[in-house]
Amino acid sequence: MPVTLLVSAAEPSCYNRTVNEWWCTAYLTDYRSELVDATVEHLLITISAVLLGIAIAFPLALLARRFVRLETGIMGASTALYTIPSLALFPLLVPFTGITATTVVLGLALYALTILVRSILDGLASVPDDVRESARGLGYGRASQLFRIELPLALPVMMGGLRVATVSTVALTTVGALVAHGGLGNLIADGVLTNFKAELMAACVLSVAIALLLDVLIVVTERLVTPWTRTRVRT
Amino acid sequence: MSVFADVWQYLTDGSNWTGTGGILDYLVQQLLLTATALALAVAIGLPLAMWLGHIGRGGFLAINVSNVGRAIPTFALLALLVTAEWPGIATFGPFGRAGIATLIALTLFALPPIITNTYVAIREVNSEVKEAARGMGMTGWQQFRRVELPLATPLVAGGVRLALVQVWATATIAALVAGPGLGRIITDGFANSYYGKGIAGAVVVAVVAMVLEVLAVLAQRAIDPIPRGPQHRTDDALPQNALPTTT
Repeated sequence: MPVTLLVSAAEPSCYNRTVNEWWCTAYLTDYRSELVDATVEHLLITISAVLLGIAIAFPLALLARRFVRLETGIMGASTALYTIPSLALFPLLVPFTGITATTVVLGLALYALTILVRSILDGLASVPDDVRESARGLGYGRASQLFRIELPLALPVMMGGLRVATVSTVALTTVGALVAHGGLGNLIADGVLTNFKAELMAACVLSVAIALLLDVLIVVTERLVTPWTRTRVRT
Repeated sequence: MSVFADVWQYLTDGSNWTGTGGILDYLVQQLLLTATALALAVAIGLPLAMWLGHIGRGGFLAINVSNVGRAIPTFALLALLVTAEWPGIATFGPFGRAGIATLIALTLFALPPIITNTYVAIREVNSEVKEAARGMGMTGWQQFRRVELPLATPLVAGGVRLALVQVWATATIAALVAGPGLGRIITDGFANSYYGKGIAGAVVVAVVAMVLEVLAVLAQRAIDPIPRGPQHRTDDALPQNALPTTT
């Protein structure tokens, strides 16, 4: 039936070539699977990068604390690495990891690492000396003092670092579009290339939303695991 | 690994350095762009943050502008500015829309570290020192010019240094939206599966980034008006986690 076909073709879609609106709900429903895939990839890359960063940052920070000579080296190297723009860091990793998501995860983990090592060291330094001394007086060994006294007390500062690392990792993941693994960044790149405004806007908004969501999640977790920070001393 | 051979070959071939679209051409572009954006951001951010720090207001805004800046992907902002009708100055310079969009994005991303660090620097000047200055009969301007500013200079310079690193990184990303700069070599290489070229571009970008950082650290030490012993280097004056929001 040609009449109905004509009508459906003339149906105003806010994302067709002639209209090309910035905000378009029809795009969100029609391209749902594409958006979901990109968001999932974005989250996977971000979370693996931050977890990998934590896994490397902890031993490094503990080493740096134990051996003062190492501290300058570790901090210097990670800060130097941090000055390399992500668009340059990913290519530098490509000879080793190829055009894969691993390249992006590894690069982002290296950035997260810099922030995390600093915040772990700052957090441990924020533990008051008399608390440390009391722990030693109570007979805590080196390891149990670290895990049961110092690390819990360092949590607020470390969580602050984790927030910064996570939020910047979400933003940086978009640059992974260079090696075709940028999560929502792929959609942004495609949006610019094809002048597809609805796609571009949706991807930008989603990536900021992911950053805010993860930030809130970390704040909530922090409140749950550090109940003592909210108990006020009554006078 | 033949990729490394390709990189070496690209970097050692003199014809890749000169001429239009050569490495030096892009390098000059990116340095000019970086300098312009940084100058703009300093001109806007420094007076504003100094004033806020002096009167002690707007702290929430000054601190949180950095957090907001971190959550917005540079690439996303660049992409939006390039695609938007406004500021649609297609005739602006050889890069048209992408050129002006890059400049705006760069300036915007340079503002947070400058504003936050400058505000904190002025604000955190020892309150006893400020009170002493007031007690000596200094006016608000004198107090700012002769007490707060000299004491805050290392930290303020630290903020500008962070902004410089940030701007350089953002200027590289501009290539993803067909903007000017060295990033073009990276994106061209990757778009054409000529990875040697892409990686060569990355090497140049990374080396220049580190050189800029070293120069900035030296400049920061040089302009510190207060003589400090070797154990009180200006680095220590930076607040904790004084890292740029890298891009």
